[in-house]
Amino acid sequence: MERELYLDKEALRTFKIKRAIGNIFQYGFLILMALFIVIPFYWMLISSVKETWEIISPELTLLPHNIETRKIAWPWDWAWENYAKLIVGIPNTSGVGGEWTFRPMPFGWMFLNTIVVGLFTTIGMVFTVVLAAFAFSRLNFKGRDVLFTIMLATMMIPGEVFVITNYMTISQWGWVRTDNHFHNYLALILPFITSVFYTFFLRQTFKQIPNELYLAAKVDGTTDFKYLLRVMIPMAKATLTTIIILSMIGTWNAYIWPSFVTNAANRHHLLVSNGLIVGLAGAVESTGPNSILNLQMAASTLVTVPLLIVFFVFKKHIMRGVSRSGIKG
Amino acid sequence: MLEYKKDGWKATLALAPMLLLMSVFTFWPIINSLIMAFLEDYSFGGMASHAYARVIGGGTYNGIGFANFVQVFNEKDFWVALKNTSVMVFISVPLTVIIGLAIAVGLNATKKLQGFFQTVFFLPYVTNTIALGLVFGSVFHIEYGLINKVFGTVGLSWINHGATWWRAMLVLMVYTVWNGLAFKIIVFLSGMQSIDKQYYQAAQIDSTPRWRVFSKITVPLLSPMILYITITSFIGAFKAYSSVIAIFGTGDYGPVGNEKMMITLVGYIYDKMWESGTPFGVGSAGSLILFAIILLITFVQFRVSKKRVHY
Repeated sequence: MERELYLDKEALRTFKIKRAIGNIFQYGFLILMALFIVIPFYWMLISSVKETWEIISPELTLLPHNIETRKIAWPWDWAWENYAKLIVGIPNTSGVGGEWTFRPMPFGWMFLNTIVVGLFTTIGMVFTVVLAAFAFSRLNFKGRDVLFTIMLATMMIPGEVFVITNYMTISQWGWVRTDNHFHNYLALILPFITSVFYTFFLRQTFKQIPNELYLAAKVDGTTDFKYLLRVMIPMAKATLTTIIILSMIGTWNAYIWPSFVTNAANRHHLLVSNGLIVGLAGAVESTGPNSILNLQMAASTLVTVPLLIVFFVFKKHIMRGVSRSGIKG
Repeated sequence: MLEYKKDGWKATLALAPMLLLMSVFTFWPIINSLIMAFLEDYSFGGMASHAYARVIGGGTYNGIGFANFVQVFNEKDFWVALKNTSVMVFISVPLTVIIGLAIAVGLNATKKLQGFFQTVFFLPYVTNTIALGLVFGSVFHIEYGLINKVFGTVGLSWINHGATWWRAMLVLMVYTVWNGLAFKIIVFLSGMQSIDKQYYQAAQIDSTPRWRVFSKITVPLLSPMILYITITSFIGAFKAYSSVIAIFGTGDYGPVGNEKMMITLVGYIYDKMWESGTPFGVGSAGSLILFAIILLITFVQFRVSKKRVHY
């Protein structure tokens, strides 16, 4: 600390005290806010492995307890079977009401459908976006800037304006609430395989590639297409990775459109988000000894954990995409 | 000019996939929404359960005018939605921006544990809105929720049957803030890291207090970013929909018994889309009103901040 050289003892002390107080406030605030962020995750995870008696007991427990000893249970004694119950359901044995107390949720299908839709949406999007970004960054043609501006302007318009007509279009094609799984996929994928925003994002990256490279390639007789494939795409690998990850996350979180075009009665057509609502609808009110709040939290955990894994693996790419351009995935 | 001729066909080829898809799913909906909003009593010929007739081609309408807009403005639900959305937006967005800025400043000044805190604060960024909404619903559950157990207020309804408007709104706002923080922190943090270190070093030499450093250096230099974030957040918050659905977890906009208590503008638009007997034009009119509100906010914010933002 160079301060010791030019501050006298008294001044140094006040400075140190002030700094310590500042640090306490700073870390205190950060810790408080970190708790605010973490508590919902914690509550979700811990509730998902509690047995129903503990969920409905008026006592607040921070870890699952044993019903007999009323002490904190070992992790291998936690109610992991909640996750199994989600998939096999809880049959109604009371003889009153329907067949199920909790109907099995089609998690296998939910994951599979979301991955299929996400994968094909992303592949299609990368294809259209790369070509368009290439045209807007490298090719010269009449009306290029006007067209690009028009496309950018559509980003201002809220999605709700599109949804009504898109719903009509898709339903004209017979793909809305259809029993045909393939048509349901088409309805979920087709409207989303373009993205003006990602085109803009990729164009920025493409534009940073020096012109000289292009000219050199031209001298060597390389075609534009080959140049795109061999030079531009490899150089924009980081941006493309970001786009791919954010697009997959986008599908994982999509709720509105899937809930419109998928027939909830075809439970094997559900994606994760609308699957959660369809599978758990009404369950929040089910207070009493049959409360399925723990199952609900287990379902939320199942949907959240893959995202968290993706987040930890690709943290760098996600951060990069977000901080560069300020987008919400 | 020679070059234009050369690349014309290549550009057509490269842009064809995107333009084709956009004309079906982006440009046509814009035009169609504009048309539908002004067609009165627009109905679709042979309206089977979901076989809507060709727009204009097969549809019938009684005239052209503002009837759809009049209907929107005459509906109670619309005003409830507008009120709900506005309260949510105008309280939660400024709150999120301020807290996000504070956290970003704190993070930026932290040396120990910075990576750990960063990871924690970024966590909500990737989460599924529905899943975490259900979690918030459970945290605020009337009997078994964390909040009621901690404060000994079991039986106090936040989002369940008998919830009051303000309590449900509070839960929604807490969720909105929680959900929005990560994005703002990421953007502010990267903005701060690109501020020239010389300013801070100069301040350090003068032993400027932290608060002054914050208000005289960080905020002014970050102001374009703050403006940008505020505008995009206002727009995003005006489109609230999934979070409301998830919090109540019933597929409705409110607790059982009061299903439309927390309806939002987007919720209203989609309700009109589903309501049998309501012409599609009403939903279109609603979506255009939403667009107008968003444009207005953007415009006002640019105006207001013109003097205050340093570029």
